[in-house]
Amino acid sequence: MQRVGTFYRSVIGKKAIVAATGAILLAFLVFHLIGNLKAFLPDPAPGVYDIDLYSKFLRTVGEPLFPRTTVLWTIRCVLLVALGLHIACVVQLAKQNRDARPVAYIHKPARREATPSARWMLYTGSFLILFIVLHLLQFTTGTLGSTGFGESVYANLYLAFHKLYFVGFYAVAMLILALHLFHGAWSLFQSLGLDNPDRNLGLRRFAMAVSIGIFLAFASVPAAFYSGLMQAPKPAAQLTQQFEQQR
Amino acid sequence: MNFTLKIWRQRSHSEPGQMVRYDVDGVTPGMSFLEMMDLLNEQLTVGGEEPVAFDSDCREGICGMCSMVINGQAHGPARATTTCQLYMRQFEDGEEISVEPWRAAAFPLLRDLVVDRSAFDRIMQAGGYISVHSGPKPEPNSIPIENALAEEALDAACCIGCGACVAACPNGAAMLYTAAKVSHLGILPQGQPERYTRVTRMVAQMEHEGFGSCRNYAECEAACPKEISIKFIGRMNRDYLTATLRRPIKRDGPMDSQ
Ligand code: HEM
Ligand code: FES
Repeated sequence: MQRVGTFYRSVIGKKAIVAATGAILLAFLVFHLIGNLKAFLPDPAPGVYDIDLYSKFLRTVGEPLFPRTTVLWTIRCVLLVALGLHIACVVQLAKQNRDARPVAYIHKPARREATPSARWMLYTGSFLILFIVLHLLQFTTGTLGSTGFGESVYANLYLAFHKLYFVGFYAVAMLILALHLFHGAWSLFQSLGLDNPDRNLGLRRFAMAVSIGIFLAFASVPAAFYSGLMQAPKPAAQLTQQFEQQR
Repeated sequence: MNFTLKIWRQRSHSEPGQMVRYDVDGVTPGMSFLEMMDLLNEQLTVGGEEPVAFDSDCREGICGMCSMVINGQAHGPARATTTCQLYMRQFEDGEEISVEPWRAAAFPLLRDLVVDRSAFDRIMQAGGYISVHSGPKPEPNSIPIENALAEEALDAACCIGCGACVAACPNGAAMLYTAAKVSHLGILPQGQPERYTRVTRMVAQMEHEGFGSCRNYAECEAACPKEISIKFIGRMNRDYLTATLRRPIKRDGPMDSQ
């Protein structure tokens, strides 16, 4: 236990926590993305949307061993703890780093290696907090941009992404997420001591691919709805239920 | 060549400082930056002004004493170069050049461009050594060392302790310095027995001195006159995580009953 205390108090330990929690959040994003792309799958039956079935699965997975939404809430708790630790450590490190240079340079310091993505981590990260809150209010609780289609994810997507301001906001948000990951998805390996000159190029390319891929794939869903590629939803809730019972 | 210099002047740690403009002429392209500063100081002395205090010793790039942030870059614009090895031909005639001291809480300013870097010495004292018994010197070849390892250890051992990594780091971190010093011993067989206590102690001292921490910008590597790689920071992170999370496991004593 004493060692864990030393670990948490040290800057290297805190940074390792930032990296590990960042990796957890990144892994979550990949699964979230796979879920989102189900919006493009063909409808299993007329008026039944694959992504709605998936949404139902998220709530019922683990049944009957675990009661409804147990697994979902477990995952939510893990993510919340990870995000909390990520932010807590980042904030503490940022304070220490600020104190380490009380008198600033007068000549603008040259930046020879640090990319904008690396330098803006605190800003892109802070925006992500805002985004996560708004995103949950919109699509999880339904408080924001009221939807009217109840539980149908497809219908909610359709309604939201016919409004240009939502499409624009999500596109910008995904761009900022991509910027955060452009540095973060490489940096986490260095922070955990896993980078080496022989794999550095590979890991840098990995981060580049992750950030560009995440941006394109996440932004494709709002773009598709806005461009009119996706058909309008039918009042879907009952149809989905009927379909489930037949299967 | 003529230059307009803007130099940080500060009489002591407790007095406020400011940038002061000086014109210096009669500089030749073959002068080093420090020789140009000497020339300026001669001109200042003749004019009855206080010369600018700055650190230097070997003036051949090996002692690590010279320390100026020139136009926002630690040791100036040339890569892999100390201030003493930077030549005025790197600059354009008539250019305005700003000269500032290393800026870090852990490097208190003493006067003008001179800062106190003894925080580095204290990091070394915390663990930058190997314990050997006294007595006759061992036969050097009695411990075989793979060439690649020896080379890597030497890459880390190149560190001259100038502090440019701290000066260049946006976070005022001494991670590159500490990593180099942790690694040049930790890579070699002689450094193994104290490998993990060394990294824990040196990192603890580094934090105690008030340095910042790494955000993996790699600005330090770009400023390092000896081109020490941030791979050593990764290596230090790895050793530190091993030291705090896996070792030393205390497994002596009985396993008591419930
Ligand atoms: C929500 C608020 C967030 C904030 C304020 C934030 C902030 C930061 C900051 C400042 C860093 C750099 C830490 C340092 O170098 O000291 C960082 C690193 C990182 N963040 Fe975030 N972040 C947030 C959310 C996320 C999310 C949602 C992800 C998920 C993909 C993420 C993934 C990462 C990764 C992978 C790193 C690299 C870790 C490392 O350098 O070791 N962050 N974050
Ligand atoms: S004076 Fe010795 S390194 Fe510059």
